[in-house]
Amino acid sequence: MATSPFWADLDWNVRPTEQGLLRRIHIDAPLLLGLLVLCGFGLMVLYSAGDQNLATVERQLVRLGIAFGLMLLIAQIPPTTLRRWSLGIYGVGVVMLIAVLIIGEIGKGAQRWLDLGVVRFQPSELLKLAVPMTVAWLLSQRPLPPRLLGILLAMMLTLFPVVLIAKQPDLGTSLLVASAGILVLFIAGLSWRMIIGLAIAAGALAPLLWMGMHDYQRDRVMTFLNPESDPLGTGYHIIQSQIAIGSGGISGKGWLNGTQSHLEFLPERHTDFIFAVIGEEFGFTGIVALLGLYLFIIFRGLMIAARAESNYDRLLAGGLTLVFFVYLFVNTGMVTGLLPVVGVPLPLISYGGTSMVTLMAGFGMLMAIETHKSKK
Amino acid sequence: MATHSRRGRRVASRRSKPNLVLRRRVLTAALSLAFVSLSAGVFYRQIIETDFLQEQGALRYLRAAEIAARRGMITDRNGEPLAVSTPVETVSANPGKLLDDSAAVSALAGALDMDAERLRAKVIANKDRQFIYVKRRVTLSEAEAVKAVVAERKLEGIGFEKEYRRYYPGAEFFAHVIGFTDIEDRGQEGIELAYDDALKAEPGLHHVIRDGRGRVVQEVEQIRPPRPGTDLTLSLDRRLQFLAHRELAAAVKEHRAKAGTAVVLDVATGEVLAMVNQPSFNPNMDRSGGSEQRRNRALTDVMEPGSTMKPLVVAAALEKRLISPRTPIATAPGYYKVGRNTVRDVHNYGSLDVTGVITKSSNVGVVKIAQRMAYSDLWHIYDQVGFGHPTGVGFPGESGGLLRHYSNWRPFEHATMAFGYGLSVTALQLAQAYSVIAADGVKRPVTLVKRDAASLAALKGTSVLSPATARKVRAMMETVVSDKGTAAKAQITGYRAAGKTGTAKKAGKSGYRGRRYQSVFAGFVPAGQPRLVMVVMIDEPGGKSYYGGTVAAPVFQKVMQGALRLFNIPPDDPMPSMLLAHRESAQ
Repeated sequence: MATSPFWADLDWNVRPTEQGLLRRIHIDAPLLLGLLVLCGFGLMVLYSAGDQNLATVERQLVRLGIAFGLMLLIAQIPPTTLRRWSLGIYGVGVVMLIAVLIIGEIGKGAQRWLDLGVVRFQPSELLKLAVPMTVAWLLSQRPLPPRLLGILLAMMLTLFPVVLIAKQPDLGTSLLVASAGILVLFIAGLSWRMIIGLAIAAGALAPLLWMGMHDYQRDRVMTFLNPESDPLGTGYHIIQSQIAIGSGGISGKGWLNGTQSHLEFLPERHTDFIFAVIGEEFGFTGIVALLGLYLFIIFRGLMIAARAESNYDRLLAGGLTLVFFVYLFVNTGMVTGLLPVVGVPLPLISYGGTSMVTLMAGFGMLMAIETHKSKK
Repeated sequence: MATHSRRGRRVASRRSKPNLVLRRRVLTAALSLAFVSLSAGVFYRQIIETDFLQEQGALRYLRAAEIAARRGMITDRNGEPLAVSTPVETVSANPGKLLDDSAAVSALAGALDMDAERLRAKVIANKDRQFIYVKRRVTLSEAEAVKAVVAERKLEGIGFEKEYRRYYPGAEFFAHVIGFTDIEDRGQEGIELAYDDALKAEPGLHHVIRDGRGRVVQEVEQIRPPRPGTDLTLSLDRRLQFLAHRELAAAVKEHRAKAGTAVVLDVATGEVLAMVNQPSFNPNMDRSGGSEQRRNRALTDVMEPGSTMKPLVVAAALEKRLISPRTPIATAPGYYKVGRNTVRDVHNYGSLDVTGVITKSSNVGVVKIAQRMAYSDLWHIYDQVGFGHPTGVGFPGESGGLLRHYSNWRPFEHATMAFGYGLSVTALQLAQAYSVIAADGVKRPVTLVKRDAASLAALKGTSVLSPATARKVRAMMETVVSDKGTAAKAQITGYRAAGKTGTAKKAGKSGYRGRRYQSVFAGFVPAGQPRLVMVVMIDEPGGKSYYGGTVAAPVFQKVMQGALRLFNIPPDDPMPSMLLAHRESAQ
């Protein structure tokens, strides 16, 4: 690991000298603390948003337990092993995606799940981890920054599953998977000329793509870009969530006291729109505190990336952290009305298991990268 | 090769390094910008727009809602309910919550006396909705049963809304007088319309919190309490009304008549004790029936009163001291020329005294009496007993009848007015006129509302006839209700009854040529000191008999017989058997 061109010159890239008990069982204490506080707060909000139904909270608690368990398990795997498995996991994921599509074709409907008998599994979730792992693996084969061939290969590795997922159709997940691959490429040192060139190419292609689309496809794109065109559907969601957030004021109406959320005006209030419940009940203060908590986790992730030992470690850690950020931004941007509606949950707080397990597995990898360093 | 490669890499890395620092800064800046823009977005909504958005939020959950209030009850003079607003509940449900609970659907259907299968089908058909009516306007006991089911099974989504439903226990017996209300509880006809201002309730208003499904979750504040309507006690007597209705309906049916009406007045107070019409309708059922069923004919329809006017003509002449009961009147040969027209009697009665003119109902006789008076004298008595203007009961659609001023009369009209043609009156007006004779010449305003003690104390009549005149006329009218009079069928065992029959030919398009009659009997009991006045009118009897004495008088007899017993009025004409018993005990 002779050269580490990206983060090598960072001033705060200091080797940890302490070898505490947690570090020996491969746990990164700051990250764990941040995640625990966030998930604890999430359970509290969920209790309020889920009509104070303890059963909902209990089910979420079980999922959290499984997710934390998986995180600690993955943290035990040395990053070198992860690197070796990268392509294999990617291959399995793509095969399962194809299987899902074929089953969906037979069942004449949207299909995202693969029933493995014991558990129902969503292969697209696996790709959220497999794509950054594989792109990192590919790019770390050669010195950085990557050459054109590497860039093209990385793009292909990213776009293939993205297209498969978009065909399910699951726009939100395909967007996240695509951003994972591109962000790893960005961290790897994609040249500015290349970035600008790609942007121009995408911009030039868009009208051509638009011309080639069917009417109903254009309608879908329009609804996606402009929710006001569907005021009773997605537009209703946006209006209600903005009212809920705005009703919070500076200090909020207090826990369990949100009128918009508890009177069932706010749709999807315990899943995708839980951020609006936080806004109504905890106000601007609560939102800022929550964003601070997320910021803490993201910066801890970037710090782990910055002082990682190898290029693979660096790229994977940076990629996973930035995907986590994209997750957060897409959801909060949607709920506050800055971005169009895309079905992405608020990471680690929204009710639901799948995305949480994936995210925590990613944090397990971050912990592995931080704690499995060779003692020099 | 290796050197080249190393050099190349060094060149590359040297070239890249400033770029990478920039990249790190760009990334950090992008992240910061994202967080700042998110915070700014939230800041804008929560600090700048908060008032507007809170108001928008309140608009969505805070609603002003009405609180149902009870419309005033209408009772008869004894407090028996005639129109009542009963509290009812409307039961609603969230179909989604019932979808998988078949047993609960059956239990609900059982509590509401509904078909379980139909309710289940309704739930399934509306499974995507949040709200259905299970059953509207159910009784309180049914609602209680539903609440028990809800509590027992811990059902969710079952809602109750309090409403009032107007119910008429009097049904078709009181339909014309009471009238009815519309779906908004506003009076549409009859007393319900006339006294709507007093009866109507003012619904309260309160702010409530409604959830996203439109259900009321909580009352926030009461803006205005509900004000129930004022109860109203009518002068009618339910028992007498039933009796009158039954007898009138039977007579209309028996004589195949088109319609009929009957009114009973309390002589002392002017209160209407019974007012019935045929045909009738049931206000609790559909109200689609036309005006034929719904008209309160006793007040809205006018008739030519015919011979029932004769006692009033005689009374006016007696009052003017132009005649006495014994004054002989020549009616032979049974007709009498007035100008170019002829007045006819049914038979040639020969020479009669004034009493005989009434007993036999001689047109010739009464015209000769009337001709002894000025036009104004006749007009005056008619006007004074209340003809030509509404009685003032305040009933919607009441007719005042027609009484032309005497200045427009011609000689033959003066004659026909004496036997009740050329003027028109309502049944209530006729009853009021007869009550003047019954009440020793005092006219008192009639009313449909019961007089309370204060009203009775303040009740003042206007003297129209002297008591002596009234007594004399009553004595003559008693002879009508005797075996030699025209209304033998009005005799009531044990009581002295008095009255007068009338059989008016109905004027059609071609004058009085058709064989369509109105059979009338107006009278009072007991004749010595009358307590009750009754007018019976049968419109267009279709059978052979059409005389007031044969068609209308029997109704009077049956209703008054019952009324005398109901009001506990002592007999004033002991029966022969009673006289015998008296004699035997004396011996």
